[in-house]
Amino acid sequence: MFRFVLTRVSLVIPTFIGVTLLTFALIRLVPGDPIELLVGERGIDPARHAMLRAEMGLDKPLLVQYGIYIWDVLQGDLGRSVVSRKPVLDEFLTLFPATIELGTCAIIIAILLGLPAGILAATRRGKVFDHTVMGVSLTGYSMPIFWWAILLILLFSVKLGWTPVSGRISVMFWVEPVTGFMLIDSYLSGEPGALRSAVSHLVLPSLVLATIPLAVIARMTRSAMLEVLSEDYVRTARAKGLSPLRVTWVHALRNALIPVVTVIGLQVGVLLTGAILTETIFAWPGVGRWLIVAVGKRDYPTLQGGVLLVACTVIFVSLLVDILYGVINPRISRTR
Amino acid sequence: MNVETNVPEAAAELKAVQSADAPPHPLVEFWNYFRVNRGAVGGLVVISLICLIAVFADVIAPHPPNHLYTDSFLTPPFWAEGGSTRFILGTDDIGRDILSRLMHGARLSLSVGIIVVTLSLSAGIILGLIAGFFRGVVEIGIMRAIDIMLALPALLLAIVIVAVLGPSLTNAMVAVAIVVLPHYVRLTRAAVINELSKDYVTASKVSGARMIRLMVITVLPNCAAPLIVQATLGFSTAILDAAALGFLGLGAQPPTPEWGTMLSNALQFIQSAWWVVTFPGLAILITVLAFNLLGDGLRDALDPKLKR
Repeated sequence: MFRFVLTRVSLVIPTFIGVTLLTFALIRLVPGDPIELLVGERGIDPARHAMLRAEMGLDKPLLVQYGIYIWDVLQGDLGRSVVSRKPVLDEFLTLFPATIELGTCAIIIAILLGLPAGILAATRRGKVFDHTVMGVSLTGYSMPIFWWAILLILLFSVKLGWTPVSGRISVMFWVEPVTGFMLIDSYLSGEPGALRSAVSHLVLPSLVLATIPLAVIARMTRSAMLEVLSEDYVRTARAKGLSPLRVTWVHALRNALIPVVTVIGLQVGVLLTGAILTETIFAWPGVGRWLIVAVGKRDYPTLQGGVLLVACTVIFVSLLVDILYGVINPRISRTR
Repeated sequence: MNVETNVPEAAAELKAVQSADAPPHPLVEFWNYFRVNRGAVGGLVVISLICLIAVFADVIAPHPPNHLYTDSFLTPPFWAEGGSTRFILGTDDIGRDILSRLMHGARLSLSVGIIVVTLSLSAGIILGLIAGFFRGVVEIGIMRAIDIMLALPALLLAIVIVAVLGPSLTNAMVAVAIVVLPHYVRLTRAAVINELSKDYVTASKVSGARMIRLMVITVLPNCAAPLIVQATLGFSTAILDAAALGFLGLGAQPPTPEWGTMLSNALQFIQSAWWVVTFPGLAILITVLAFNLLGDGLRDALDPKLKR
């Protein structure tokens, strides 16, 4: 097991180096001079320009520059935003919990709805329920989620007035950011109605973000279940006289879950992509919206650092899923 | 005597047997599998319709896409109160006919699909063939680069590329083409490696086929099935991603009637003019859904495992 974890971790290192090369190249590929990009649109006098160039090591060979970059990154120095002048890492860390909160709620919704829908569709193969689930999930999979978000706002916020349109909590509440997770913080604040307000702000964005993972999980569960249900051991279980419920939910489900768990792990990237759009529409103060704002303001250090951090998150989570997968399914960790 | 009379009979029998068992032309066989799938046929019909609309947009669109009718801002669709058949789906905030813009947008979305799929498919096939044929360092290099691209969420990578190149429809297409590249490389490589172990490839090698011939003429056609499916599904990804970039203001720029761009400032009309907000998204959904249905149908029809 230890060997397995070690191989997995060692495989991640080249990917990490590759991503740093990409973000390192990013700021040098942007047309224009890096210094001018860093100071923004205010302009700079030539003497100060040359001094900054030397200070930042931009007069050194590229390889040395990359070495300095990597060294800084490993120490947690990802540069400063040219707009807010704050370190990129600090900004990321204050905003990241909002994205995690949204993403976690979305994936929970997706699993809670997608898994049973897929299982029931498989057991009712070819029936109306199966066709409905498949049709709905293909539609969800094809959905431009930014438009889906607008539709939901139109229905639930504008027409019905059930949910607020943007933000994480009503402006009437001021909640001490203890954990950064609004659900927990608003609960801890003890103010009556704060938690309720936080939940109502969270519902629509997480539904929107859950749409595509939900569709993928439902489809995957259905096909995995269909495959398992046709296997011999399931027939044996049926022949023994076990109840259909027990055969489906206990015997078949356990094996069908293996590919489903992988697919759920792969949704992290999908969630982060979705978060960019969802957060932009709902004015959700998370990492996705932060990156879009950075692009709009040509805040390249923020974009550079943010992209690296998001990529590291994806790499880390996939590594975690890989290892967990080996724990759940010992056949894998033993064969490698 | 007996033998002589039997010969024509036997020949006829043989012919009958042959005609009964002769495999149908591959295309006919494919169509027989494909047409069973009603969803896929429906998708094909919808796509053909959208293609027709795109090609004849100039002729069938009731108004020019960028013409401002200053007498009718935010006119509702004809069935709603205050609407008229002059603007069937209503007008937007500066008095442009939405239906005409959607029709011209079909042209853009389909071109985005065609260009992105062509770019990524051809680059993906070349890289995949190289990785599959020349194992070792070359393969490791290509596949590692692919892994790095996959470590970034697709839309984020596209945003980074657009941030470097500058926002425009062309750059958005380039960005999306780069982002979807890994899937084609992986598919081609896997299919090539699978084919290379087969006897016909060895036979071709032994008879002296050169590397290029082996790659392009011998092996590639046998890898086509998964690539065709992926390319069809690639249309929907390309259209969705380009629309998302347009929505974020990083793709086609106003006043281009691109569907995603049409939605980018629509949020402000959500209270007052629902038609500005709903129709462009519906157009995206229908197109993407049609391509996904078609892709699923093609997969079922082309997948030898599922046959019979």
